[in-house]
Amino acid sequence: METKSIIIVGVGGQGSLLASKLLGRVLMNEGYDVKVSEVHGMSQRGGSVVTYVRFGDKVYSPIVDQGEADYIISFEKLEAARWASYLKKGGKIVVNSQQIDPMPVITGAAEYPEGILDELRAKGVDVDEIDALALAKEAGSVKAVNIVLMGRLAKYFHVENEKWIKAIEQVVAPKFVEMNKKAFEKGNTL
Amino acid sequence: MKEILIGNAAVARGLFEAGCGVVSSYPGTPSTEITEFAAKYDEIYCEWAPNEKVAMEVAFGASLGGKRSCCTMKHVGLNVAADPLYTMSYTGVNAGMVICVADDPGMHSSQNEQDSRHHAIASKVPMLEPADSAEGLLFAKKAFEISEEYDTPVILRMCTRIAHSQSIVETGERVEPQQKPYEKNPGKNIMMPGNAKKRHPFVEERMKKLASLGENCVFNRVEGEGEELGIITSGTSYQYVKEVFGDSVKVLKLGLVNPLPVELIKNFAKSVKRVVVIEELDGIIETHCRNIGVEVEGKELFSCIGEFSQKIVAKAFGIDDKEFVAADSEIPVRPPVLCAGCPHRGMFYTLAKNKVTVHGDIGCYTLGAQAPLGAMDSTLCMGASVSGIHGFNKALGEKSESKTVAVIGDSTFIHSGVTGLINIAYNATNSTVIILDNSITGMTGHQQNPTTGYNLKGDPAAKIDLESLCRSVGINRVTVVDPYDLKACDEVLKRELEAKEPSVIISRRPCVLLKYVKAKAPLKVNKEKCKKCKKCMKLGCPAIRIRDGKADIDTTLCVGCDVCKQLCAFDAIESGE
Repeated sequence: METKSIIIVGVGGQGSLLASKLLGRVLMNEGYDVKVSEVHGMSQRGGSVVTYVRFGDKVYSPIVDQGEADYIISFEKLEAARWASYLKKGGKIVVNSQQIDPMPVITGAAEYPEGILDELRAKGVDVDEIDALALAKEAGSVKAVNIVLMGRLAKYFHVENEKWIKAIEQVVAPKFVEMNKKAFEKGNTL
Repeated sequence: MKEILIGNAAVARGLFEAGCGVVSSYPGTPSTEITEFAAKYDEIYCEWAPNEKVAMEVAFGASLGGKRSCCTMKHVGLNVAADPLYTMSYTGVNAGMVICVADDPGMHSSQNEQDSRHHAIASKVPMLEPADSAEGLLFAKKAFEISEEYDTPVILRMCTRIAHSQSIVETGERVEPQQKPYEKNPGKNIMMPGNAKKRHPFVEERMKKLASLGENCVFNRVEGEGEELGIITSGTSYQYVKEVFGDSVKVLKLGLVNPLPVELIKNFAKSVKRVVVIEELDGIIETHCRNIGVEVEGKELFSCIGEFSQKIVAKAFGIDDKEFVAADSEIPVRPPVLCAGCPHRGMFYTLAKNKVTVHGDIGCYTLGAQAPLGAMDSTLCMGASVSGIHGFNKALGEKSESKTVAVIGDSTFIHSGVTGLINIAYNATNSTVIILDNSITGMTGHQQNPTTGYNLKGDPAAKIDLESLCRSVGINRVTVVDPYDLKACDEVLKRELEAKEPSVIISRRPCVLLKYVKAKAPLKVNKEKCKKCKKCMKLGCPAIRIRDGKADIDTTLCVGCDVCKQLCAFDAIESGE
């Protein structure tokens, strides 16, 4: 199988590390060669963060570059737009409709681009927008946005839901497993 | 067992399997998790040392005592530990010793982009460079064997993309080595001139032997086919090369990056028409090739700045054809910021308001330099704020002393700030040093340090009393202030700047991300009272934004620290329920 690429983008602190850990585990359990490149340190402090996930028969590079991603999973609208050029032709963006103003917008030095997702759609990009924050709240925690989005990705993915659930049990602390299963279902069944 | 591990966890597994008994480290991105994962194995004693020099010397002592040992650090940490490194090259080891150092091409979380291979070359110590997690595990184990066989510390060089990329490894069992007996050996272990003179020839001889190891070893290999193009590469660059070319070109993959092989490279070059060296950061392999008379292309095609990718490799050979679309709207940048509720914010706001010159240091609080606070004038390296302010005040005299401060975190202060403070007291400037004590090593992800009262394992430990420490070195004026109290911060700052002797202000409040720190209910803006003055926006809090011209608080981010509330002249910011 040709190597597939997914990038998970968002704002530092939104929980993209757990999402990538879950995704990596699901793919390894499926028997793929997998590489997941994470970001730690400075950029976790509210900056733009990106995690690369690649899988296939044999994966070399741990990173994804422009025009290579089959999926972009974005925790925030502006970040979807920032990383849109990483999407392959025919790829899909799954995006949480949350808006988090970056500091230049907060200080008035820049403006948050209105209708940015529509702009991408007008260019032919396949954008699937969901209110993952609201669904996470329904599942029991605003922090479950990451798993809601994984649930959504699972809809388009060739891995059965039971296997995702099993991987959740493997990577999430026991006391949060039930809540995260619920979050996965919310994203998956919407 | 098959597992998916980040490179750092794989190295920790390698340390475990090799029977490593002692790990001493100072945290630093992207190296930190090696020690954190190693600490999960009860068989390995692990600790956070006050700095990298101490860590390396602890590992030296443990090796001398007969246990396999390791120390880990980021690239700039190796500068701090360079002193023991260069002489440990002479003493060699008793039990094996491995130094894990992580470079940060692209400077994801670092103040420079230095290439640690220079240290390996200059100190005449072998260096291994893994290209994925599986090699991280293997090389960590093999490093101990080389260390013992060749009587040398061995450097394991990681970089961000290897350290923080998960890939699949096959784990094995721990093999507990026999503890090596300690025997007194002054000629080998006391490096005074007479002895060191005898050890230097040993070092030179050892490097020759290691160079011949490099000609035929598990670390260096030739892959692929073809006679047109041959690529010499190592580490993460190897992965990008394979991504682009697969097995369609010949690749010499180097894992032992110091010393570099000679015959292996010459023979490789003879087998192809064109040789290109692809290495991130400096052209070290390339220079070596030229030195041994092998013609190569390298840095004229690949920059010594930043990270590479498969795209960069493909472009250099004119074969990039990936199509993509991009948004036309301007996308505002999203730089990292101090977290909502960060205790440093109140102090930085106070410094900005008082237009103080601020000598900064290394940690989360370097973000106080960012707009809108902009409360920083210099940041160099660990501890440089405290040493630097003294020199600055010596240069500018009294007029500077009353409007200049140094800011440094608790962990950084212990790392190398306290020596600068001793200098301030001893050599007398009326400098004002602010210790931003958030009771944890923050930026690297919450490691304990000697000021927190806990050790790496989370067990209670001796706790430095910062107030007493500062007084004991000769600072008479030591004040503790709560950075959530803006009025108190302002009063204390003004008072200590005016004082005619050196002073320390300890700005003390635990990091808001610590588990035991409970968030209060988010604040809210009374829209009728908000007069759009935007004073609250001067804090640079990511939880405060403008909606319909008025301040608005993002309840998913606000932790109810009340700092903005103190700032609002119209009482428009109210407590949540």
